Amino acid sequence: MDNLHSYLIISSILFSLGLFGVMTRRNGVAVLMGIELILNAANLNFVAFNRFGGMAELDGQVFGIFIIVLAAAEAAVALAIIINLFKNHETVNIDSADQMKG
Amino acid sequence: MAEVAFIIIAAITLASAFFVVFSSNLMYSGVALFFTLFGVAGLYVFLYADFLAATQIMVYVGGIMVLILFGIMLTNKIASTDLRQANRGRFMAGLSAFILFLLISAIAVTTQWHTGSPQFLDTTVAKLGMMILYQYLLPFEVASILLLAALIGAALLSRKK
Repeated sequence: MDNLHSYLIISSILFSLGLFGVMTRRNGVAVLMGIELILNAANLNFVAFNRFGGMAELDGQVFGIFIIVLAAAEAAVALAIIINLFKNHETVNIDSADQMKG
Repeated sequence: MAEVAFIIIAAITLASAFFVVFSSNLMYSGVALFFTLFGVAGLYVFLYADFLAATQIMVYVGGIMVLILFGIMLTNKIASTDLRQANRGRFMAGLSAFILFLLISAIAVTTQWHTGSPQFLDTTVAKLGMMILYQYLLPFEVASILLLAALIGAALLSRKK
């Protein structure tokens, strides 16, 4: 619990699961969930290295806060796009989003 | 005692992350993502990142989760209770994700990381606030502009024509 490796392994599992979700899912919202898992894995790495990397400052945590901000912005825009896709195509299957102007 | 709590929180995080990815019902994966985000907040507490844990719960669990649940409900026809969705290429994707996991964890375990004695801070809030308003002032302002742009963009995209 108080060593870097356990956090790194947890975050690598989270990252791989998120990547698997992004690759297999065809529903836009489910892909978004996979992206959230990946972002959380990266964030966990930043915070873990901040604590165990022998740093005096909290740079890793500041970076983590910025990642959370970016994730919030990304989720809002992505959901707006997905809802628009649903309005235009009656589906959220991201394979059907193959037109530049729907 | 803390060790047991850590193992329980890590297990909840990973198990619910598995459920997020493998559940065929989107609503269930949404609820499982809720537990994953809470578990990551718990791991932040173990890393002495109290402010980040609170932010995680407020922004992710309180904001992004609600957005995602809204997204799930809005993009399914109300008449159909079926929220299932097909997955494709599961085998190849699973294989490559697993190989990537083995690679990352092998690198993470075998590398000699530059580590020092772990930080012990009573509270991170004061220090984080100083850092954001001194060293990271420009990224902070850029982030606020980005949030504004994202809000306007999202509102513009989803309004009625």
